[in-house]
Amino acid sequence: MMTCDVLIVGAGPAGMAAAMRLRKAQIDVIVVDDARAPGGQVWRAAEQSADSMASVLGADYRAGREAIGRFRASGARYLAETEVWRLDDGWRAFTKHRGALDRIDAKAVVLATGALERPVPFPGWTLPGVMTVGGAQTLLKGARQIPQDGVWIAGAGPLVLLYITQLRAFGGRIAGWLNTAPSSNLWAALRHWPAMFRNAPDLAKGMAWRAQLALSDVPIIDVCDVAAEGDGRLETIRYTTTRGKMHRVDASLLLVHEGVVPNIHATVALGCAHRWSSQQQCFVPQLDAFGMTSRDDLYAVGDGGGILGARAAGLTGELAALGILARMDRSSAKDRERESAVLRARLERETAFRCFLDALFLPRRAVLVPDDDTIVCRCEEVTARSIRQAAHVRGSGPNQIKAFTRAGMGPCQGRQCGLVISQIAGSESGKDMDSVGYLNIRPPLKPITVGEIARAAKLESP
Amino acid sequence: MFRLLTDPTDEFVRITIDGVDVSARKGEPVAAVLLRTAPFTARTTTVTGAPRAPYCLMGACFDCMAIVDGVASQRTCMIAVCEGMRVVRQQGKRTQTP
Repeated sequence: MMTCDVLIVGAGPAGMAAAMRLRKAQIDVIVVDDARAPGGQVWRAAEQSADSMASVLGADYRAGREAIGRFRASGARYLAETEVWRLDDGWRAFTKHRGALDRIDAKAVVLATGALERPVPFPGWTLPGVMTVGGAQTLLKGARQIPQDGVWIAGAGPLVLLYITQLRAFGGRIAGWLNTAPSSNLWAALRHWPAMFRNAPDLAKGMAWRAQLALSDVPIIDVCDVAAEGDGRLETIRYTTTRGKMHRVDASLLLVHEGVVPNIHATVALGCAHRWSSQQQCFVPQLDAFGMTSRDDLYAVGDGGGILGARAAGLTGELAALGILARMDRSSAKDRERESAVLRARLERETAFRCFLDALFLPRRAVLVPDDDTIVCRCEEVTARSIRQAAHVRGSGPNQIKAFTRAGMGPCQGRQCGLVISQIAGSESGKDMDSVGYLNIRPPLKPITVGEIARAAKLESP
Repeated sequence: MFRLLTDPTDEFVRITIDGVDVSARKGEPVAAVLLRTAPFTARTTTVTGAPRAPYCLMGACFDCMAIVDGVASQRTCMIAVCEGMRVVRQQGKRTQTP
């Protein structure tokens, strides 16, 4: 068993920044992370990657190496390949590292569990041969592998443009990009025109990726509808262009992406208050000015507290560290005000730019509230039709729908369908999303065998 | 479905998938090897027996579950290969013994 002042869950940009700021004040910090090395998804394998690899992946990725180096030298205790499967009040975290179980007691807990790719339900999305753009990028960064043949990409968002740029730089071939962002998004986004320029370097970067793509031989097709077809694996992609023409193309690999959403699995399980963000079409934990949730001494930082990107994640991590120092009486109010004002000014710029991005890449309606025949719960293979029918039972919300249909009961525990269940329930009942709410989440938060739970009983007392 | 970008300094290990010898780069996730090895799947589902392949590669979707060294329902995207590892594609519901 271990004890520390602050336990940080997740070693991405937010978790590392929080740890480094706390270490500067000599706070005893433990950081646990499920990956083999620090960096999170955005800086996955940045430390180990060869110079040639890192330079093609871009300057933002190379910056991760420097951050990871500083984190390693910060004096925070870092536990790799370690998952928190249960977190009790007080705080007591039950961890699992490969088969080994342990418990970590801490005065404060910082959840830096990042984002998940938004679930993208459409007909055929469960077929082998369909996977996410984020997954493909993880394979590029973490396993140095790229699609064998020309790959189809369907979706929209900064990650789509980044992955296409990176894949082409490594000699990969794009068969075509089916751009799913509704054209009305552009006009909605341009209404945020002053915000566009709040982050000129990122705007320039995104426009350069887009321009490069427009000049390339990659077909860019504006579509309003995509389906994957095949017998046991992807064989054909069917799409409808925004001009209403339906096409079929042979394909063996289709990558999909419709942005990212906060990973709220732990904050929901711990009973934190959440609110619906209509701008980002997802639930986010309610946080105070230092990132503390509605539960005392429990913080959510980085994309897990609302999608703001890697740079902002570091800032929210530092703000949480300042909040913790204040509650531990380890900083003066004057120093805290001065330091947090600087962080908030930088954060405000990222937040303003995000309004523009969110409007530009708002997913099409069919992804948020899919048609009847589309599978919503991948694990239990429950269609939108079944969920819709269950939603019509009087007084039915996400948890009743789960009980009626088993949607959300499979191994992923609703990570892939929870948001869609809530949105279908909301659209059928006409209730606002805050009253619809989300699935109840209970431990174990991560997979664990019955034998391991039995062995963990020894860790219960005192 | 995928191919490796190789480097002269790469080290390789041998694992088996459904009893067949496969070469894998040291330290890569098992799911990455599955995506290079026909039929490019990890398991079949518990409800309809439909084939599934690794989907999210970050431990969230659970579609890449397989039996690794005798333990069922392991997320192969979260496990690094090692010499002699035995991977078996999981069929339908998990069982105590593969």
